[in-house]
Amino acid sequence: MQINNYVGFFRIILTLALAMCLRIAPWPVALTVFNPDWVLLTLIYWSLAVPDRVGIFHAWTFGLLTDVLTGRLLGQYALAYSLVIYICLKLHKRLRQFPIIQQGLFIFFCLLLSQLLLFLIKNIQHPGQLHASFWLPVFTGTICWPLVYTVLRFIRLSRRIS
Amino acid sequence: MDSLRTTLSFFVDPLKYLVDLPTVLVGQAADSVSSYRTLKKENERLREEQLIHQTKLLKLAALEKENIRLRALLENSFKLGEQVLVAELLSINTEPYEHIVVVNKGTRFGVHPQQPVLDANGVVGQVFRALPLTSEIMLITDPNHAIPVQVNRNGLLTIAVGSGQLNRLVLPYLPSNADIRPGDLLITSGLGGTFPQGYPVAVVDEFTSQPNKAFATITATPKALLDRNRELMIVWSDSAPVPFISKPTVNEAEDKTHADK
Repeated sequence: MQINNYVGFFRIILTLALAMCLRIAPWPVALTVFNPDWVLLTLIYWSLAVPDRVGIFHAWTFGLLTDVLTGRLLGQYALAYSLVIYICLKLHKRLRQFPIIQQGLFIFFCLLLSQLLLFLIKNIQHPGQLHASFWLPVFTGTICWPLVYTVLRFIRLSRRIS
Repeated sequence: MDSLRTTLSFFVDPLKYLVDLPTVLVGQAADSVSSYRTLKKENERLREEQLIHQTKLLKLAALEKENIRLRALLENSFKLGEQVLVAELLSINTEPYEHIVVVNKGTRFGVHPQQPVLDANGVVGQVFRALPLTSEIMLITDPNHAIPVQVNRNGLLTIAVGSGQLNRLVLPYLPSNADIRPGDLLITSGLGGTFPQGYPVAVVDEFTSQPNKAFATITATPKALLDRNRELMIVWSDSAPVPFISKPTVNEAEDKTHADK
């Protein structure tokens, strides 16, 4: 049982690493503004599915790693991710009952909250530079949620991560 | 905070190389299947280029010596020589709104922040942050970047600011009656100390002055191929002032202090 625990956790980390790769993948220039926040979507899924495994600490850690990965101010993603995951943990029992459309609406607000925090932090650093397309990842992230949900659910059930 | 970032980068930087891997593999595959004929043609072309550059270099050594002598007369500093390190771009996308690229050389190769970065055509940018395995380079077109330049034709000094578009720089600090024309080459002026003097930066392509404004609107196109080049050069520049008069010897210095008393 103990060994299974570690293997399961390793698989969760592997999916998060894959999400980080997608985060920096070299899309064509026109598509980069649409690239959703894959790391946050993956973290949200795992915090809803296995809330006793993935918590605020993991959100914080992977937030810091994303900061280093994208070369941002250290801690901005960590703050945004841990806040969103806190809300997800609080509401996970209710959210599991929701149909996927309603879940999508919740995900939309989660992504919006995270992007809003990033927006505030960036505006303190260099005010008035952000384009309106800064908000596009929120919409594409919401559209991608059913895909992320299906793929990660398949991984969770086939590998029996609980 | 920097040490924390350095430590975390050991976990994260392998991911950057992993994402870059497909591009590298495609490049290698293309290299290995290119035919004997194309290789031979390319070899010939490179040989010709090499010959042309070599003949240009013949005079350079003499000119450089002469330049050093003349500068010594003017009591000026000169370039002692520059060391370069070729770094390769990692094809990853960190943030769509900032012009920051990642290369595969870091502090392990001695790269440090604020080093100038060039390519074969001109100035690319400067090292923004150096991590052990990779380093981040801010391009000259980043909206937060400014580079001190001078017009090659008449030595007019100004500052070129990034516009946020990959093919455009802005020169916002020139008056409407400044002597600058479309087609003028802008080179680094060496002021500020980050960029060594004399490297091409951009070509002026538009000059509009409105009578009701004190400053002209001038845009320029960078010389470096910012979005197409994979190989960049990180430069170590080293300049030292040339002493005009040789330093006084010990006896002379003592005599002078006695004389002052």
